[in-house]
Amino acid sequence: MGGNSDMKLIDENGIRIDGRKVDELRPMKIEAGVLKSADGSAYVEIGKNKVLAAVYGPRECHPRHMQNPAKAIVQCKYNMISFSVSDRKRPGPDRRSVEISKLISEAMEYVVFTENYPRTSIDVYIEVLQANAGTRCAGLTAASVALADAGIPMKDIIPAVAVGKVNDQVVLDLNKEEDNYGQADLPIAILPRTGEVLLMQMDGHLTQEEFDKGLEMGVKACNEIYELQKDALRRRYAVVNGETDEESKEADEDVTEEA
Amino acid sequence: MARSIVSEIKRDHIHKLIADGKRVDGRAWDQVREISVQTNVVETAEGSSRVRIGNTEVIVGVKMTVGEPFSDTPNKGVLSTNAELIPMASPNFESGPPDADSIELARVVDRGIRESQMIDLEKLCIEPGKKVWINFVDIYVLDFDGNLFDACNLGAVAALKSAVVPAKANGLGDDYPMPITCTPISVTSVQIENSILVDPTLDEEKVAAARLTVTTDDNGDLRAMQKGLSGALTLDQVNTAIETSRRLGIEIRKLIG
Amino acid sequence: MNNESTTRELVLPGDLLDTGTMKPGEGTYVQDGNIFAAMLGIKNVKSNFVNVIPLGGRYIPAPGDMIIGKVIDIGPSNWLVDIFSPYPAPLHVNEVPWRVEFGDTARYLSVGDTLLAKVLSVDETKRVQVTMKEQGLRKLQGGQIVEISHSKVPRVIGKNGSMIQMIKTYTNCRIFIGQNGRIWMDGSMDDMVNAKRAIRMIDQGAQTLKLTERVKEFLESVYRKEE
Repeated sequence: MGGNSDMKLIDENGIRIDGRKVDELRPMKIEAGVLKSADGSAYVEIGKNKVLAAVYGPRECHPRHMQNPAKAIVQCKYNMISFSVSDRKRPGPDRRSVEISKLISEAMEYVVFTENYPRTSIDVYIEVLQANAGTRCAGLTAASVALADAGIPMKDIIPAVAVGKVNDQVVLDLNKEEDNYGQADLPIAILPRTGEVLLMQMDGHLTQEEFDKGLEMGVKACNEIYELQKDALRRRYAVVNGETDEESKEADEDVTEEA
Repeated sequence: MARSIVSEIKRDHIHKLIADGKRVDGRAWDQVREISVQTNVVETAEGSSRVRIGNTEVIVGVKMTVGEPFSDTPNKGVLSTNAELIPMASPNFESGPPDADSIELARVVDRGIRESQMIDLEKLCIEPGKKVWINFVDIYVLDFDGNLFDACNLGAVAALKSAVVPAKANGLGDDYPMPITCTPISVTSVQIENSILVDPTLDEEKVAAARLTVTTDDNGDLRAMQKGLSGALTLDQVNTAIETSRRLGIEIRKLIG
Repeated sequence: MNNESTTRELVLPGDLLDTGTMKPGEGTYVQDGNIFAAMLGIKNVKSNFVNVIPLGGRYIPAPGDMIIGKVIDIGPSNWLVDIFSPYPAPLHVNEVPWRVEFGDTARYLSVGDTLLAKVLSVDETKRVQVTMKEQGLRKLQGGQIVEISHSKVPRVIGKNGSMIQMIKTYTNCRIFIGQNGRIWMDGSMDDMVNAKRAIRMIDQGAQTLKLTERVKEFLESVYRKEE
């Protein structure tokens, strides 16, 4: 947080520099199944953020000492590509991306039925192609669509969004300028159906009232994002209604014999 | 890793098909897969592209900063090419610093650009001996189904051609287009069963004995080459690969204007 | 019986499937007395159980499954077999139809060989053992391998084997289907191309309707031309 609250980011009509109202999301687009090699994948654009996520697994866990005999481990690697930001970022992990990767792994581990796949690893790769504040939320949003696309057993799909404070007002989904010059940033991931909080960080300065208001906005936005996530998956697996009697239900009766 | 071991059945099948005059996907020996090129895909880069060749996909960005020239070329901008084989792209890529494969890849792409003098580096000199433009060409492989050399070459060249020098933001006058002199295009062939096949898929690469990448310029002259893998090529096969590269290079060059 | 589903309804993880009248089946979980989808797939109701039939995902071995494996490593008394699953499976020398001396394993099967085998056992931590000691199980040679999602295997087989029988009849190919999603076929090069295309059609269109008809149309169009 730059904390430079003198910078005018919201006008007297409550309109932000990119034309949004305080409780409005940036335009968002989600696509599922965008890569061929990965088991599951998704692409998310929110405002000027462009994020790609891929899932491999469950697969044999390397290194071996990481294996858990009781369940799968979820290993996320969040990364910003070198030209996704205005000053070229050196390729490779930094402390920030290691921290974000850890939080996203933990959030996903909660929804994945890891006990179905002992000793394996479910690997999630998030690549930020173009960054404009809110990439960890866009990354988690994309990653959970990619998990579902990979056919991974999971409780639910996770939507994520950031709320914050700009010019003493609580706003939804900070853009880069608001993130740089705002007074608080509160990225969250909340499951719409249960209200369970799976990711929450905060920096800056919020009163209890501002936090409550922000959370309310965030929950509402998570609901919206959740619908977009599901819509992306439905489009990918468009299904025609009709009969299902064409297939053998019992795999065992199936002949593996030669003709 | 389990997936990188090619089954004997697959190897025999590809060989048999080729002996029969066919490829797995039905292409002719000298036919490249469908290519798509998008440019200006990332706003935060000075130039960028996303290129697909079949199911292989790469994204390339060019970032430019003001820095010091090398002492032996005081009046020339600097080019630095880097390739990342990120684990997103293949079950067999691992995280970590660039390995031999990605270094070779970046160096072959770099050579095509450098040796063809595609960028007029002298026009990227701001103050001789003190200040020049440094170009970082960063290539990320997103989806891997063979022939990274050509996908990365095409991506890098397309990104450079779309690049705008950010002079204004650096207080150096108006922005101007990247000074480009020509369009180097690489075309890679592999040898399987003594046949020379262009633009190999991943399966073809896995069973190939030898590989040859040939980069030509707008005149059809040779600007960079790289022979790879542990098999040998005959001189006739080398000439076939060169001829194919020159001929297909003309068509591919048209795709990026 | 009446509640057999007649629609192919796509469900996503977290979708509510039932509020308490049915029993939770495969691919579901229960929370507060309600049944939810635990994965992306097709909702299926059978004998008062609500299930989700997956459209993808990895093959998880079960004892008795016929699978097609690939040898990826050799030890002195076993081979390690990739079974197109997160779990590689050892094949012990006692589980092959030959008498193999200790340390002599490489003479019988090498890395890259393809096997028709059966899952012998799977323990709680998914340690798998496979066997070739049963009639018909053997090393596969020639032909080619097609890999599809294991979840599409029942569709490739079809009701009472009708789909695969149709493909075999038209293409004259010999075909083995592993429960793990690997399919081996052998025949003339052209016939294999057609069989492979038919299988790919099923793999990609397994959630769409009238698949049998579409595959039949395709095969008919190819083989009528050739006559």
